[in-house]
Amino acid sequence: MADAPQAAAFPGEFEDEGPRPGAWTRFRAYSRRHPTVVVGGGILVLMAVAALAAPWIAPDPLRLNPINRLKPPGEAFWFGADFLGRDVYARTVYGGQISLMVGLAVAAISTVIGLSFGLVAGYVRWVDAIVMRIMDGLMAIPGVLLAIALISLAGASIVNVIIAITIPEIPRVVRLVRAVVLTVREQPYVEAAVSVGTRLPKILLKHILPNTLAPLIVQATYVCASAVVIEAILSFLGAGTPPEIPSWGNIMAEGRTYFQFAPWMIFFPGIFLAVTVLAVNILGDGLRDSLDPRIARRM
Amino acid sequence: MYAYIARRLLATLPVMAVVGIAVFMLLHLTPGDPAVVIAGDYARPEDIDKIRERLGLNEPLHVQFFSWVGAVLSGDLGTSIFSNLPVAKLIGQRLEPTLALAIATIIFAILVAVPMGVIAAWKAGTLTDRVIMVFAVLGFSVPVFVIGYAMMWLFSITLGWFPVQGYKPIGDGFWPFLRSITLPTVALGIIYVALIARITRASMLEVLTEDYMRTARAKGLDNNALLIRHALRNASVPIVTIIGIGIALLIGGVVVTESVFNIPGLGRLTIDAVLRRDYPIIQGVILIFSGAYVIVNLAIDLSYTVLDPRIRY
Repeated sequence: MADAPQAAAFPGEFEDEGPRPGAWTRFRAYSRRHPTVVVGGGILVLMAVAALAAPWIAPDPLRLNPINRLKPPGEAFWFGADFLGRDVYARTVYGGQISLMVGLAVAAISTVIGLSFGLVAGYVRWVDAIVMRIMDGLMAIPGVLLAIALISLAGASIVNVIIAITIPEIPRVVRLVRAVVLTVREQPYVEAAVSVGTRLPKILLKHILPNTLAPLIVQATYVCASAVVIEAILSFLGAGTPPEIPSWGNIMAEGRTYFQFAPWMIFFPGIFLAVTVLAVNILGDGLRDSLDPRIARRM
Repeated sequence: MYAYIARRLLATLPVMAVVGIAVFMLLHLTPGDPAVVIAGDYARPEDIDKIRERLGLNEPLHVQFFSWVGAVLSGDLGTSIFSNLPVAKLIGQRLEPTLALAIATIIFAILVAVPMGVIAAWKAGTLTDRVIMVFAVLGFSVPVFVIGYAMMWLFSITLGWFPVQGYKPIGDGFWPFLRSITLPTVALGIIYVALIARITRASMLEVLTEDYMRTARAKGLDNNALLIRHALRNASVPIVTIIGIGIALLIGGVVVTESVFNIPGLGRLTIDAVLRRDYPIIQGVILIFSGAYVIVNLAIDLSYTVLDPRIRY
C-alpha cells in the first residue's frame, strides 16, 4: 500500500522513470523492503491451502484403527497415531481449518463491532463517557476466563467459541479506533466539513473512517493471533470446540494423559499452532511498518 | 497530588461496577433458564427448583443483583453447588499456589526482560539486538502450553532435572518448592518477558536520543550509571504500565499453566467448576481475578507520581 499509490498521488513526479513497473517487479521491491509481510503472509497462505485441501492431502481424521494405537511417527503415520489409532497428521491438518476459521471470524467481527463503537465514542462526547466506562470494565475481566465462563453456560460449539473470544477482544479495538478519531476530529478538514453542514454519518464514514483503516488492519492481525491461541487454550482446557471435532487444542488435550510416552500427540499440533501464531504476528509487525512508518519508529 | 490519588481511586468504582454487572449478568444473559443449565442434562425438575430457590432466581432481577452485590461486599461469594462449601473458602484454599506462581513469574519476567530490553536498545541495530528481538517475537507467539510441554519433555522427562508435574507448598521447604515452581514459572513467564523486553527497548530507544543523555555522557559518566540512573529511570513509566497491562495475560496463562503442570490453584478450581457447571465458583474466581487486575493497575498508576516527579495531575 505504501509503494504503489505514490505514483498516482503525485502525477508527473516519477515521469522520467518510464512506464510503471510490472506487478512482479513491484512485488519484489516490496518484499525486499518488508520481508516479514511476505514471509508471514506466505506461511499463512500455505497453512490455509493445506487446511482447505485437507480432504485430498490427508486420510480420514476420524477413522479408528485400534491396532495402531499410540504408534510413533513413521512411514504409515507421519505424525504418529493417537490413543485410538487415529492419524495425528490428518487430525492436525484438519485442525488448521478450525484455527484459521476462528481466527479470521473473531478478527472480522471484533473489528466491525469495535470500529462502529469506536467511531461514535470518539466523536460524540456523551456516548464516549458511557462506552469507555463499559470497555474499561470489560478490559478488567481476564479474556480467557470470560470466554471459559461464557462457553460453560452457552455450551460448546464453534459459533459459541467465536462469540466468547470476540467479546473480550472488542474493547481493544474500540480503544484504538477512539484514539485515532480523537486526533483526526481536530484536523482542519473535519472542521471544514462541519462548517459546510456535512451530516454526522457522512463525516464519520467519509472523513474519519479512512484514517482508522491502517492501524485497524494491523490490530486485526494481532486479534487474529490472539484468537487462534485462545481457541486452542479453550479446547485444551475442555471448554471450547466440541471434543469430537479435531482442533489443535482438542488433539493436545487428548494427548495429555499419554504425554510421557507418546509426546507426538502434543508436539505436532503444538508446532503447527506456534508457527501459525508466529506467522500472523510477523505479518502484523510487517504491515505495521509498511502501512505506518510513524508507529514503526515508536515500537 | 492528593486530588489525583482521590480521582484515580474514584475512577476504579465504575470499572468495578461494570465488572460486577458483567459477572452477575453472565448467568442471566445466556439463552434459557440458568437453573436448567447449572443442573445439567440429567436433572430432575425438583433439582432444578432447588437450584432456582438456592440462587434466588425467583426474585426480580434488580433485587437479585443488589442482594448479590451486598453479599459480595461483605465477603460472601456464594456457595458451591457441587461441594456445598462457601466459595470464598474454596478460593482461599487454592490461593497460595496461584499467588506463588504469579509472583514468581512477575519477578522472573522483570529480572530477565528489563536487562534484555536495555541491552537491545543500547546495542540497537547490532546482532545482539536482532537476536533479542527475534526471541521477543517468538516468545510472544509460542503459546504457554506448547512451551510448557516442550520444557517438561526436555528438562523433566529426558533430563530428569525437575519433577514432571505437581506443586510443593513453600511450607514444605524452599528447595522442593523452587524445584516444583521453576518450569511453570519459566513457561508462563516467556510471553511476559517478550512483552516487557519489547516495550523496554522501545522506551529506552526514545530516551537515549534525549539531549540530557548526551550531556550525561559528556560529563564522563560510565555506561552503567548512564543506562540505569539516567535512561532507565526516565524510560520506566511505559515499562511499568505494560507490566500492569500484562497482568491480564498472566491471569489467562495461570489457568493454562496450572492445568499443564497439575498445580492445584485457582485455575484448576475454575476448570473443575466449569466441568461441573458450578457457577458460583466461576463467578467468584472471575471477580477475584478482575479485582486483582484493577488493584494492581491502580497501584501502578499511583506509582507514576513517584517514578516520574514531572507527572502532576
